Amino acid sequence: MPEKPIQGEKRVFVTGNEVVAWAALAAGAEIMYGYPITPQNEIMHYWTRMIPKYGRRFLQTEDELSAGFTTVGGVLAGRRAFTATAGPGNTLMQEPISMAEAMRLPIVVVVQQRGGPSTATVIYSQQEVTLTTLGGNGEGLRVVYSTATHQELFDYTIKSFNTAWKYRFPTFVLGDGYQAKMRESLTFYDPAERGIEMVPTDAYVGRPGMPGVDRPPKHMRNTYNMEEELYEVLQGYLADFAKAAPEIAEHETFDTEDADLVIISHGVVSRACKMAVRDLREQGYKVGYFRPITLRPMPEKELQEVAGKAKQLLVVESAQGQLARLVKEVIYGSTAEMLSLFKPGVGITSEEVIARVKEIKG
Amino acid sequence: MTVQPAMPKCWRVETKPHKFCPGCGHGLVLKALGQAIDELGIQDKVVFGCDIGCSLLSWDFFNMDTVQTHHGRTNPVITGMKRANSDIIGVAYMGDGGGYAIGAQHLVSSATRNERITAILVNNTQYGMTGGQMAPTTMPGQKTETSPYGRDAETTGSPTQGPEMVAAIAPEGAYVARGSVANMKQLKGYIKKALENQMAGNGFSFVEALSLCPTNWRTNAKDTWKFLEEDMYKYFKVGELRVPGPREKEGQ
Ligand SMILES: Cc1ncc(C[n+]2csc(CCOP(=O)(O)OP(=O)(O)O)c2C)c(N)n1
Ligand code: SF4
Ligand SMILES: [Mg+2]
Repeated sequence: MPEKPIQGEKRVFVTGNEVVAWAALAAGAEIMYGYPITPQNEIMHYWTRMIPKYGRRFLQTEDELSAGFTTVGGVLAGRRAFTATAGPGNTLMQEPISMAEAMRLPIVVVVQQRGGPSTATVIYSQQEVTLTTLGGNGEGLRVVYSTATHQELFDYTIKSFNTAWKYRFPTFVLGDGYQAKMRESLTFYDPAERGIEMVPTDAYVGRPGMPGVDRPPKHMRNTYNMEEELYEVLQGYLADFAKAAPEIAEHETFDTEDADLVIISHGVVSRACKMAVRDLREQGYKVGYFRPITLRPMPEKELQEVAGKAKQLLVVESAQGQLARLVKEVIYGSTAEMLSLFKPGVGITSEEVIARVKEIKG
Repeated sequence: MTVQPAMPKCWRVETKPHKFCPGCGHGLVLKALGQAIDELGIQDKVVFGCDIGCSLLSWDFFNMDTVQTHHGRTNPVITGMKRANSDIIGVAYMGDGGGYAIGAQHLVSSATRNERITAILVNNTQYGMTGGQMAPTTMPGQKTETSPYGRDAETTGSPTQGPEMVAAIAPEGAYVARGSVANMKQLKGYIKKALENQMAGNGFSFVEALSLCPTNWRTNAKDTWKFLEEDMYKYFKVGELRVPGPREKEGQ
């Protein structure tokens, strides 16, 4: 048995991509499939450097279609398998992800968002929210964790394997180019030592026994002959998703009790927003903060509660309203005024958030 | 045609008669595959992947674990599986559109990486499932729904020579052949060698099977065989293109 990648707890100062590679190792991921794209490349770089020591595997594929479909194959064989991508790669990745949705395959995909549309920038954005939560020709039967710190990148990369294998929905860690490339302090740990049990994996195909004699053959399809057949299958999936949603949904919130205005953001932008809320509070503004950690499923009840109390909601994001659309859907019927600070493909500072709030408050 | 022996043991009786059109070549290719699997005694080791195309109809064809994938994506799914569990004998089954058009990059890369999988591609010179459109394998002058006046090689290219391409790019250890449903013994022999080559861990194994699609060719029984043996044989040469190690009698 190769030794555990992380023993005990270890304080480190590293880039986000390095964090993801270590987290996948710590989570017991057995194989990664990937295709180069900035800003996720270093996940593969660190992974390929570290894996010989721990008996893990890697395959560099011909494109992201293949990276996604080989990940599907790895999961079918019963392995904790993952891939990582960004931007145009995420676009291609949607086809294999739709197969994973259709067949309830627990693939894990790490997305480090870059600018869009098209090739745009290799640097940063929050413009892959719509694609990651709702891409593909289906109903968005997937889980999306949006991380804000390197510690969260580590925590949620580990967690994503467990969510995927427990509920059997494709699961994403949605980061971005800033998180990918920036260095930051965090604590690496062995999940077992923190009491985190990794959900066991099992093979869909290639199990022991003679199919048709010792056991029925496993016949997996994604095509149906009749509308009703598909409808019935989807009803089951949708019911499972609805049941799992409250168990999966996560959020972070503070200072909303007496707030007139609540700032809503996700991912790395929440750092600026949280800082802004604290500064504004000190200056006497009644502001609060809400952040969905899962963008799919959304923390619906909690967000509805906040929207029921606040007079104004200010959505701040590095995209033109992709988070705002998800928020509006959840709080439909609320009388809170919807306000925005949208900077597609560009980072947002706390000063900008403070200025926007002061502009609103006059 | 010789009398065909009984149903292969690894076929799933409960799902027969199969779902292909009467006279379709897919059933014959899957018979050859079934016989080869029976002879090698590997029914419990094979994972069968079928593409989208008429091959999708084989998702419950065998008493073997089976995964239906997407159009053109069976090679990467089986590749990913094999890379994750090398005990599996992976078979990727696809049409000419799936393998040579939408999934061409996967075929090329599976070949150049010498993936230890067996790919079987059914060449029926057009897109069967979608109603007979032009495929990369459509022959010059051949009428299809999207080449209603006959394929014009000048503007739409010439028939893809799949095995020739794979043979040219695959590293040492690959097995490459083109068989035909008009010679079932030979086709079975090729497929058997393609499976054995994977089992020996030699390299990528690829068999193109020249097949029949009376539905879209709009041919009766006699003309169907004539189309295969006269027209298709002109463009697609049957035989082995790459054989690791000494050539054996069987399959010739
Ligand atoms: C991405 C995508 N594009 C198009 C299709 C539609 N489609 C289904 S089967 C098929 C053609 C199948 O032809 P071939 O691969 O030659 O198999 P055959 O039916 O002839 O055996 C196409 C284009 C699809 N399913 N997916
Ligand atoms: S359309 Fe052609 S290839 Fe498809 S099942 Fe019918 S005969 Fe076979
Ligand atoms: Mg075809």
